[in-house]
Amino acid sequence: MMDKEKFKEMFSSPNWDFETIKAADELTSWVGKEYFKLDTYINQIEIVTSEQMLDAYSLIGLPTSYPHWKFGKDFVINQSSYKKGQMGLSYEMVINSDPCISYNMENNSTCMMLLVIAHACQGHNAFFKNNYMFKDWTSADSILDYMVFARDYIMMCEEEYGDEEVEKVLDACHSLMDHGVDKYKKPPKLSAEKERERLKRLTKAKKENYNELLRTLPTEDALLKQEKYRKQKKYPLEPEENLLYFIEKNAPTLPIWKREIIRIVRKVAQYYYPQTMTKVMNEGFATFMHYHIINKLFDLGYLGDGFMLEFLKSHSGVIFQPDYNSKFFSGLNPYTLGFNIFMDIKRICQDPTEEDKAWFPDLIGKDWLDEVHYAMENFRDDSFIAQYLSPKVIRDMKLFGIFDDEDNEYYEIKAIHNERGYRKIREMLSNQYDRSNRVPDIQVDQVDLHKTSKLTLIHNIHDEKLLDEDEADSTVRHVRHLWEFPVELHSRNKAGIDEDFYEC
Amino acid sequence: MSNIIDRRKNTKGKSTNNRQKFLKRVEDQIKEAIPDIISQESIKDSSGGGKVKVPIKGISEPNFRHDPRSGKKHYIRPGNDKFSEGDQIPKPEGEGKGSGKGKGSNSPEVTQDDFVVILSREEFLKYFFEDLELPNMVKKYMESTTTFKNHRAGYTKNSVPSRLNVKTSYQQSLARQISIGGVYAQKIKKLQEQLAHEKDEQVRLDLETEIKRLVKLKDTIPFFEDVDLRYNNFERVPQPATSAVMFCIMDVSASMGYHEKDIAKRFFTLLYIFLTKQYTNVDIVYIRHHTESKEVDEEEFFNSRESGGTVVAPSLKLMHKIMKERYDPQVWNVYCCQASDGDVWSNGDAVECSQILKNDVLTEIQYMAYIEIKNRGLEGYLWHAYKKLRKVENFSMKNINDVSQIWPVFKALFKKKSLVNDDN
Repeated sequence: MMDKEKFKEMFSSPNWDFETIKAADELTSWVGKEYFKLDTYINQIEIVTSEQMLDAYSLIGLPTSYPHWKFGKDFVINQSSYKKGQMGLSYEMVINSDPCISYNMENNSTCMMLLVIAHACQGHNAFFKNNYMFKDWTSADSILDYMVFARDYIMMCEEEYGDEEVEKVLDACHSLMDHGVDKYKKPPKLSAEKERERLKRLTKAKKENYNELLRTLPTEDALLKQEKYRKQKKYPLEPEENLLYFIEKNAPTLPIWKREIIRIVRKVAQYYYPQTMTKVMNEGFATFMHYHIINKLFDLGYLGDGFMLEFLKSHSGVIFQPDYNSKFFSGLNPYTLGFNIFMDIKRICQDPTEEDKAWFPDLIGKDWLDEVHYAMENFRDDSFIAQYLSPKVIRDMKLFGIFDDEDNEYYEIKAIHNERGYRKIREMLSNQYDRSNRVPDIQVDQVDLHKTSKLTLIHNIHDEKLLDEDEADSTVRHVRHLWEFPVELHSRNKAGIDEDFYEC
Repeated sequence: MSNIIDRRKNTKGKSTNNRQKFLKRVEDQIKEAIPDIISQESIKDSSGGGKVKVPIKGISEPNFRHDPRSGKKHYIRPGNDKFSEGDQIPKPEGEGKGSGKGKGSNSPEVTQDDFVVILSREEFLKYFFEDLELPNMVKKYMESTTTFKNHRAGYTKNSVPSRLNVKTSYQQSLARQISIGGVYAQKIKKLQEQLAHEKDEQVRLDLETEIKRLVKLKDTIPFFEDVDLRYNNFERVPQPATSAVMFCIMDVSASMGYHEKDIAKRFFTLLYIFLTKQYTNVDIVYIRHHTESKEVDEEEFFNSRESGGTVVAPSLKLMHKIMKERYDPQVWNVYCCQASDGDVWSNGDAVECSQILKNDVLTEIQYMAYIEIKNRGLEGYLWHAYKKLRKVENFSMKNINDVSQIWPVFKALFKKKSLVNDDN
């Protein structure tokens, strides 16, 4: 290692240069690996301007994406709130890809640079590489290629079928993105190369079989299939919750290019699925890691006191949690919650109280780093909270649970941070991060194969939560646009009775 | 190891395409919003690029989501300071009915009633003047005087030798030399390693010849090849005609109240924006008149409270005089806009105005618009006198009595006249 004093001096200057970035990267990688057993993808650190960061924002972090007005809208919204000072840009943004790309804002101070490099290039990076959700559902090595493929494909469609047609399909697909995820089957790995080959085969087959006269006649295969379903009376036999997948595969008359676009949006939805499921853990772990790495560097003598003061200020800003009655309150801060839980795992391993012994017998006396890694690798937000949220964290954050029933004139406090409330709060909070609480449960019920090709969707009502009517109305229209035949949506309660009905 | 990349030098505007797509989608709403801007905001600011408020309507992205008001919901909040289990807190008034999202919604989106689209000056003017055109005659005049200017526009691979860009070509050449040289060097290194281990004399000989050949190739990589050459590229960009002057003549007699002056002011500013689009250099001459006419600066023009009776003709004379002295119509494109409530001291004054316009002014200038800020029905002397000039091609008159009419009237005054008879 280089002379420690030299590093100290380098990092104490507020203005960074590329040598500083390089040193920050090398030091944090070394400490991450050596002291905290972090296993990461190779890093690609990109220094960007605020405008480039805004670009990245609107493409949801991807370096490239297909063209669509939605991204332009997000850009305009972000730009205007940034210019008005309503929104600060994040200091970094990091992409689940291999190599792991992270953007760092040029106007970060040296301290911020070191912090975000530790946070993103070590914390997030290791999380992407090792958390089971990301391992199973995404392929970091091919997402960038795939997005280039997607962009080229959509631009080709725009040229061939016109911007407006493509836009309509994309709009419809985007409205169903939440319902384009396979939660049970792991998707096959993405590869742009394979997608291209698959497409080539498809077009070739289409050309060979193309015959103007026979065009509308179903193939023999399809006839057999139809016959089979006719006998079964109902198609599909099992309800299907991946609406985009179902439409892509079963829409009776959809041209191939539209199916391809559905597929692209589906793949993107799938790619983001783990991110939405691990926000608390991912941010918590990255915060936990930058905190430890920088403290370690300080302990080892690479950083000065002044640096640490600035660091602590930024760090506490990151994990600031406004109270429920503060005007700054906007929900639980995932950074805070995740950081607190990870810190608590460490504490329980090292210094357990009687309470901890009763609550977490398996953690007592274990190596904290191993346990943190285990937690980081094998959970997602809901299960992580169900497993690790401790009475101490509940007390420290003064968590309390509210019950809001539309039939009541009042909110009811269901549980607070006391003996009786711990388990209840843990359960409630875990549920809060459960996807089914956010995304309505909508499934394909059946298709009328006999005459109308009508598609019937069922919304299963949970906890008496109904659909937002206007939204549902417009979304059903989008479904119809893709399906090209009548669509019905039944909002059905537990007793099997329709409470709402939409059709288009 | 890690790659560290400085992205800042890369071209910005990655989102330009998507932004254009978005603007196209809200085009109609922007167009609708523009008259509002003109009647509500200080128009002078608008000339620097307007802020257009676009309601979120029509650009929402619907999806299936829960109605936040319905159902049984649980949520966890931090920072309990006073609650105990079982407490019942009354819901705030209005909550649960029509209060929309917010409480109880886990969705990360923040609802926005509307947001502001910031248009660049160019974009703003594009929407602003989309349906407008300079009067025909003027347009012809301008077309004939349009000049072109060469602007640099990157590099091109084919052009004339005089435009060769040595530095860029040299960079290209270096890159090619390094990459090709590297390939040869690798091959040579590999062959040399082989040679070191090779025992067979014949093979050694072959290898040596091959190495020699490669070394020769490596040493003779041409310094410049056609593919390296880069030429400066230029684009011809039309330049607007150089200069125009606008005479703003405003009646500030006692009968012109705040309301009337406000309308006049907005109209003038609109005209100003219009002209700055066409000309690089626009002068404005402000003339205010009651019993006296005088040339004033912008500040005084819009804000002075001085007032008096109405005599109009001297103001036109003054304009004519200034034009003769400072703005030779051979060089300047002259516009005039007169705003008045139409009341004049005597019919003689009105007739004199009409005479001055007919004989001295309209023959010299590009275009003149007269707006009368008055409720229709009571035709002023001035209106009556000017009516005879209506047939003159470069003169228009309109009546305005409300701010909301400014835009339609402006449009009518400057509408595309391609449908109107065209003598030439």
